[in-house]
This record gives sequence, structure tokens and C-alpha cells, in this order.
Amino acid sequence: MVETTNISVEKIWKILETVTDPEVPVLSIIDLGIIRDVKSKRDEIEIFLTPTYSGCPATDAINMNIRMGLLENGFSKIKITQQLSPPWTTDWMTEKGKQKLKAYGIAPPHSKQIVCSPDSFQKEEAIQCPQCNSYSTRLISHFGSTACKALYQCNDCKEPFDYFKCH
Amino acid sequence: MDQLINYTLFLADNALIMGHRNSEWCGHGPILEQDIAISNIALDLIGQARNFYQYAATLIGNNATEDSLAYLRDVKEYKNCLLVEQPNADWAQTVLKQFFFSTFQYYLYQQLQNNNDEQLKAIAAKALKEVTYHVRWSSEWVIRLGDGTEESKKRIVKAVDELWMFTGELFEPASYELNTNIDFIFLKENWNKRIRSIFAEATIDVPAETSWHQSGGKIGNHSEHLGFILAEMQFLQRAYPNSEW
Repeated sequence: MVETTNISVEKIWKILETVTDPEVPVLSIIDLGIIRDVKSKRDEIEIFLTPTYSGCPATDAINMNIRMGLLENGFSKIKITQQLSPPWTTDWMTEKGKQKLKAYGIAPPHSKQIVCSPDSFQKEEAIQCPQCNSYSTRLISHFGSTACKALYQCNDCKEPFDYFKCH
Repeated sequence: MDQLINYTLFLADNALIMGHRNSEWCGHGPILEQDIAISNIALDLIGQARNFYQYAATLIGNNATEDSLAYLRDVKEYKNCLLVEQPNADWAQTVLKQFFFSTFQYYLYQQLQNNNDEQLKAIAAKALKEVTYHVRWSSEWVIRLGDGTEESKKRIVKAVDELWMFTGELFEPASYELNTNIDFIFLKENWNKRIRSIFAEATIDVPAETSWHQSGGKIGNHSEHLGFILAEMQFLQRAYPNSEW
């Protein structure tokens, strides 16, 4: 017998909102868009999670934090299933998440992103400085402090900053 | 089934060994930003390798795990191409190796993301997004060095001389690649086209297609370098079986 209780699934989503990304602690995993589905079968909960990047080292920590969060709320039968397809995209990040990122000093991904291509020295999108809002910024490196970020610098206020890059 | 397992291991081994080579640069990059870049690429590749190993482990059964496949197989069982196991020399050789390999991965994954096998398809579609950045980064370095100073040009040309002979193997299908629906002619054409266009921008000559090529990695006949990589990578699991941390 398969039984789905909507109430408990809603409750699970609420709990998941309190689990944050260890690399970017202002973002919840819901903001990040990596929780693809939550299902409940009697007393067992199955969470479908997609990694941001194949090698993101935060994934293991996130899995553990999900378990901890659910255990604290009395759910003990937890199954976390990795779902690779469709691949994660920054389009799945919530508006709220993008605002939180900016307030934290990280430029959020563009909502209308240019499709990533392998072409060398291509013209970059103008990324807004999260500190002074200037659009006069420059790319320092496509690879930043984590796999999901690129490193930029503002030409006006001179602050270096992370950009949550197009993916 | 054996063919699918071997093919999945081939994809995994390529990504793992290339990732391992890149990880050797961690803390040694020429400048901090590039040290971070190559370590990030290493991380992406090792992540891709994990996805392939996890899948291979489910196909193999018998308590195989991603760890047993990475840490307990010997040189002869590894199926990676010779290109990725070549030791790092200078920065020019490192970025050129990355450029050859990432361009290969890029066109391979483009085909693989439409494969009949659901899991290979999913891993490839995800990895392709990461590889796109690797191609871009390594292409820019090849151009920068080729069209740079006298010294940088000399070094990248030397790297082409050293690495070109390992590129032919990429397009010679091993027996386990025959039923994968990969169009090798198309793959090679695409690869060649991009190499030519980037080399033209970098003002470097493309070696003759008819030049002699080394092969054997795909069927387990490796250069002496792979043994040294495995000795370092597998030491802990060999000395302290089943240890976890």
C-alpha cells in the first residue's frame, strides 16, 4: 500500500528550508534549487537531491545536514536519492535566494543568462557589483572560491567579489 | 553488459587520472587564481569520475563500490587513455594537455547526452556544462601562450611536440566502445576543427595528421607513469584496507 500524505510532505519542505549550503550559508537548499522532489511512503521520506556541480564537496555535508534536520524533527526513516537529470541550473535558484546572495556580497546569477559556450575570450555579460551596484566590473577568473563561482572586480569601488556563475 | 561496464570504467578512469594530475598543481600554480582554476577543474573531473564509478559499481554488483574501483584495481585494469597519465611538466604542457582532453570530453559528452543508456546520458549532460568552462579556460591559455612572448611560444610548441602523439588514441575505438553509438568520425572531425581554430589564433602549427601515434591505454597497456600515480593514490587503501575518514 502506497500512501502519500500531503501534510507531512509540506512539513518536510519547511524543515528543508532551514538546511543551508555550507559554502554559502545564507542560502537554504531550497533557495539553491537542488531539492527536486520530496515523497513520503508511510513513515519513510524520500528526498530527491541534485548536485550543483559533479564534484561539489558540499553535497556530502548537505546530505548529512538534511538527515540531522529531519532527525531533530522526529523523522528517522530517510532516503536521499541523487538525481542527476535534468542537470541543475542557476535558473532554479529562487528570487529570494538571489536577493540573499546580493545582500551577502555575492553577485547573483543573471536570470536571463546567455547560454554558456566554450568560445574563447567571448564578450562577458555585465555583472553588477553587489557592493556599489556599478556595472563597470571585470572578470578576474572563471574559477572562484568554489566551483559555482567566478571572481570579479569592480572598476569603480575596486572591491573584488564573487559572481555565482551561469550554469 | 561487460562492454557497458568496461566503457563506464573507461569514462571514469579518464576523468579520475586527469583530475589526479590536475590536483598535483594544487598549491603550486603559477599565480593564485590559476592555482584555484586548475584545482576547480580537478574537482569537477573527480566528481564526474565518482558518478561513473558509482554507476559501474551498480552494474558490477558483488559489493563493488566507487572506492574499490578507484583504489583496488591495478595498472592493467585501468582503461584511461595515455594522454591523461602523462606527467605534468611546465604550465604550457599542462594547459595543452587539458585543452586536448577537455575538447575531446566536450564533443564526446555532447554525443553521450543523447545515448540510449539513461545513466550515462544523465552524467554526460551534467558534466558537459562543467567541461564547457574547461574548454574555454584551456583554449584561452593556449592562445595566450602561443601568441605571447618568444619564451611562451617556445614552450607551447614544445608541448605540442610532446603530446601530439597521444591524441590519436582518443579516436581509435576499443572493443568496448564499438556498441556505444558514438560516431568516432564526427567526434574526430569536431575535435580537429576546434584544435585547428584555436591553434590558428595561437599562431601554432598543427602537426600532420599522418604523424605516428602511441596507443594502448584503453586496453590496459600503460606507460610507466600510471603505476606511480596509482602507488600514491592507492597507498592508503592498500596499507590499511577498508579505512574510512
